[in-house]
This record gives sequence, structure tokens and C-alpha cells, in this order.
Amino acid sequence: MSEMTQATAAEQAQERQPILSIRHLSKDFKLRGEGLFDKPKTLHALSDVSLDVYEGETLGIIGESGCGKSTLGRCVVQLHQATSGEIRYKGQDINGLKGPELKAMRKNIQMVFQDSYSSLDPRFTAARAIEEPLRIYKLVPDKAEREKIVFDLMKEVGLDIQHMERFPHEFSGGQRQRINVARALVLDPKIIVCDEPVSALDVSIQAQVLNLFRRLQRDRGLTYLFISHDLSVIKHISDRIAIMYLGRVVELCPAHRVYENPMHPYTQALLSAVPPESPFQKTEELKLKGEIASPVGDQAGCPLAGRCPFCEERCRKERPALTEVEPGHQVACFRYHDAVTA
Amino acid sequence: MAATENKGSALGVEAQLEMVRRERKANNAWHKLSRNKMAVVGLVIVVVMVLMAVFANQLSPYDPNAIDMTNAYAAPGSEGHIFGTDNYGRDLLSRIIFGARISIFVAVGGTLVGAFIGVLVGLVAGFFGGLLDSIIMRVMDGMMSFPFVLLALILMTILGQGAINVVIALGIGNIPYFARVVRGQVHIVKNEEYCNAERVLGASPVRILFTHILPNAMSPIIVYFTLNVASAIISEAALSFLGMGITPPTASWGNILSGGRTCLRTSPHIATISGIFILITVLGFNLLGDGIRDVFDPKQKQ
Repeated sequence: MSEMTQATAAEQAQERQPILSIRHLSKDFKLRGEGLFDKPKTLHALSDVSLDVYEGETLGIIGESGCGKSTLGRCVVQLHQATSGEIRYKGQDINGLKGPELKAMRKNIQMVFQDSYSSLDPRFTAARAIEEPLRIYKLVPDKAEREKIVFDLMKEVGLDIQHMERFPHEFSGGQRQRINVARALVLDPKIIVCDEPVSALDVSIQAQVLNLFRRLQRDRGLTYLFISHDLSVIKHISDRIAIMYLGRVVELCPAHRVYENPMHPYTQALLSAVPPESPFQKTEELKLKGEIASPVGDQAGCPLAGRCPFCEERCRKERPALTEVEPGHQVACFRYHDAVTA
Repeated sequence: MAATENKGSALGVEAQLEMVRRERKANNAWHKLSRNKMAVVGLVIVVVMVLMAVFANQLSPYDPNAIDMTNAYAAPGSEGHIFGTDNYGRDLLSRIIFGARISIFVAVGGTLVGAFIGVLVGLVAGFFGGLLDSIIMRVMDGMMSFPFVLLALILMTILGQGAINVVIALGIGNIPYFARVVRGQVHIVKNEEYCNAERVLGASPVRILFTHILPNAMSPIIVYFTLNVASAIISEAALSFLGMGITPPTASWGNILSGGRTCLRTSPHIATISGIFILITVLGFNLLGDGIRDVFDPKQKQ
């Protein structure tokens, strides 16, 4: 897909109603103190994340390990219960739904996990795994009919039906991930949260599975929340990209703009860490000082303040909000905010 | 990234379905068990012992309790008594055949009771965790702090003698051991990603517990079960020896064995033969148990 078409797709997405809107989502984990009488500490995995996901688009979420991107995905599919904030699917807040309502909601939002092997029950054959959702919801009581659905899905995701009675350990990583995708598709969901679905795969297989994701999106009009730490993967699949750091979204923009005009210092640092294609190519490097700060305890100011070369007095005290500085391009950094208000 | 997706097998649909059918057959539990020679040996032993117990009346040549003091301590192979006689001149073969009834019933029954309750308790403790887990497991620890035979003795004093009561006593005594094995296994399995995947798909906790966690926690339960059948036979003997198990003159392998111990020097055949029967039965259960475990393991194929 050329950058032009990506741009128009993203612009079109802006006009549509968001299918999923996340507002001020926070997730804290309580850590037990080390000593017997220590107070429990709080780990802020997600702090005040607000995102809109539009129907039919792929929102890429990128960040280093521990930045909360997987927590975000798990909150969306309700594997984690968010501490505060809203997750609205077509206007309905799904956060805190219980029982039958939650079960009904889960049909719409499915997930593909990172580890293709451990996310399949080792005792379930491929066909049994794929038909499991139909059994959970008692959707298709007829066995032959269920088999037909499984057949069609296996074909759709590129699996041979001769393999339907095989167990997960008899498949390759790519094939297993196809089973996972097929299982997620059985219920005909609208949104699929992909939690690093290709990062455990071989590079050549990655491309195949990514192409599968794209084809399915085209054919079924799926919306993806695509979590990855791999810049090239994200670039290949996303319409828009959200960059996360320490539980916050620091930059949100159409995919190509990240590469053309990265604004946030963290994004710039992330991009300059990508090896250049040619050794003679000159790159402007932006290096961050030190290591990623701990998400434990209270935070004040910009999460990047301690590492940022442009850090000012203000950055340590105030937290920059995610603000739109160009159409469709939001950044959480004072350097750009001042330009907008001036 | 112009890699193509694979286009599927070159085989026709019919050929593919044929492969599926073949694979389905290979995955069939009976088929897998029958391919496992040791498991078949175990199965045959267990079936023979059970049949012997069921048809004891038809099989035994003598009344197992008929005393014939003139013929006491007869050696194996002596006239009319293939296995010889015991200290009261009772036919050992008949006693062994009738003893199978009590021993197998008590051992398998006691283990089953313990396994059933213990597995349920362990599943609940392991799956729901938290305070419930702590309470259940501390109670189990309390039960374990009594030596097994002592606990069974206390229960037998409360319940009174008799085969059913031995089953209950052994069963209750076994609960904490099964609960521990199961709880540990549930802890491992419940954090597997496929349980999360199942949750995302909308499965209820009970469904996850019984379709994913229990089957995946099964192998150590089966192994512990088969080992436990063996020790239950011995435990019954210990209880009978202490006078709290099966009342004499009813024969059980355990009390034949402990009766034979007093005359081990002069007539070793009494303890030896009953010991061999216990040994073979235990072996049968262990082989069968291993076989069943392999059947449940999808990685074992032929």
C-alpha cells in the first residue's frame, strides 16, 4: 500500500464514528511490599489513556516492553479489569460488564495472542479448537454443520483440512497462529486485538501471517488493535499509530507521519534506533539518557522528563496532555503545544 | 514483504478427508491403548483379578474359612492344595481368591473415594485461590499432620469394622494427598495462555475448569491414583493387623500376608504367595495407569 492511499484511508477514518473509544483508561497493579509491614506499592501500567479506533482501520500500538501496550489490549478484551476510565464499544461502556452481557460483548471483540503455542490447549485438535467458541455459545448444535463452518474457516485462513485432527504441537508456529486467527474469527467479531501476533514467528512467516491479517480485514471489514514492538511490522499493517511510553500515549498520528515527521522526542529516539538501510546513509540520532523509569509509585511531570534532551523545568512539574498539533496528529509534548497556542 | 500465502494442499478433498479419518482413528483412545503393549498387559492383569474376585464362589475349590487342623501349614503342591494351607489348615488358593474381593474392593474403592473428593477440593482451592484456597489447604495440612494409618485408625474406631468402613476411612485419609497434587497442577495450568484465550472467547469459569484445566492436570492424578491403589492394599493389611480392618476369619490379601509373617521361617509360602498376588495386582494397575496417561497425552502417537 502506498503512502498516499494510507493517508486517505486514515483521513476517511477520521470522519467515521469510532467503533471503540477509550477514555481516561488507567490500570494499576498492587504490588506487595518486600517487608512484612511494608505498604503495598502501586504499579501504574496504564495512566489516562484515551484513544479512538475507527471501523475498518488498523490502529498500531507500539512501545518498548513494560510500556503498557499489552495491558491496554488485555483491558479491551476484559482480561484485566481497568482501574478507572471507559472503554466504549459503539457507545456502550464495556468496562465492568458482567455475566451474560459481558459474554455477549465478547463476541464482538476477540484477541489473537503472542504465543501461538501456549494459547492453544495442547489436548485440543485444530478442528476442536476452532469449533470451541461455537460450543461455548451453543450456536450450532448440529455436528455436521459445525464441521462445515470449521472447514470453511480453515480454508479461509490458509490451513489444509487434512490437518484438522492434528494437535497444536504438530503444527509450525505460523500454522498455529492461523488456528488462533480462525478461532478468533468463528464468532464473527468486529474488532480483533492482536497482541504481538507475529513477534514470536520467523521473519518469512511474519510476512505471510501479516498478509493474512490484511486479507481478512479487507474481506470481513475487521478493525484491528495491533500491538507490536516491531517498527517494520507496525509500518506494514497500520493506518494509524499510537506510541506508548510508561503507560501513556505520547504520540498518535497516521502511520506514514510517524516516519515523515516524528514529533515527540521519544518517537524520534525510537526511530533513530532503527539501523539505517545503508551504512553511508546519514542519520540524525537522538539518544535518550539512562533507562526507562520505573512505573511503580507516583509520577509527576512528563514521563520522559528524566531522559529527554529537551527537558525543561516545566516538564518536571506539569504533565503535557495529548494535544492535536496538526490535523490527525496528536503529541504529548510542550515543545509543540506552545507552537499551537502561540 | 511480498511473500505469498500458502495455497493449500495439492491433494483432492477426498484424499484429505481420508487422512483426517486415519488421524481420527489414531487419536481414538481405545486404539491408542491397544497399541501400547504394556498397557494391554496391565489391563489383562486387572481384568483377571477383578473376574477372580467376582466369581470367587465358582472358582475356589474349598470354603475359604473351613478349618482343617490336621492339614495345617501344608506346603504348596501338596495333595488337593495347589498353594498349600495356612496355620489353620485353610486352603490358601481359596483364601487368595476370596481375598481378592476384599482387597481390590477396599483398595480401588478407598482410592476412588479419596480421589473424587480430593480432586474436587483441589480444583476449587487451586482455581478460586485467595482466602478459600488458604482455608481449604490448611485443613488439608491438618489432616496430613496425622500419620495416614493413625488417621485411618481413628476413623475406624468411629465407624466400626467392616469393608465399607475401611473404604471410607482410606478414602478420607487420601483426600489431602489428592487435593495437594491437584491444586499444584491447577496452579500451573490455570495461568496458561489458553485459559485466558478461553476467557476471551466467553467461556464460564466452570467450563474452563472442566474442559481445560482438569484434563491438563490429569497425568499426575492418574499416576498418583495407581500408586495409591498399591499402598491402599497394604494400608488395609496394616489396619487388619491392628485389628481395626477386616474381621477374621474373612480373608483379605493383607491379613493373609500379615498372618504369614509369624511363620515366615517355617512356612514362607503363605506370605510369599499372598505377596506375589499383591505385587502382580499393583503392577497391573501401574501399567494400566501409565497406559491411560499416555492415551491422554496428545504428544504420544504410536
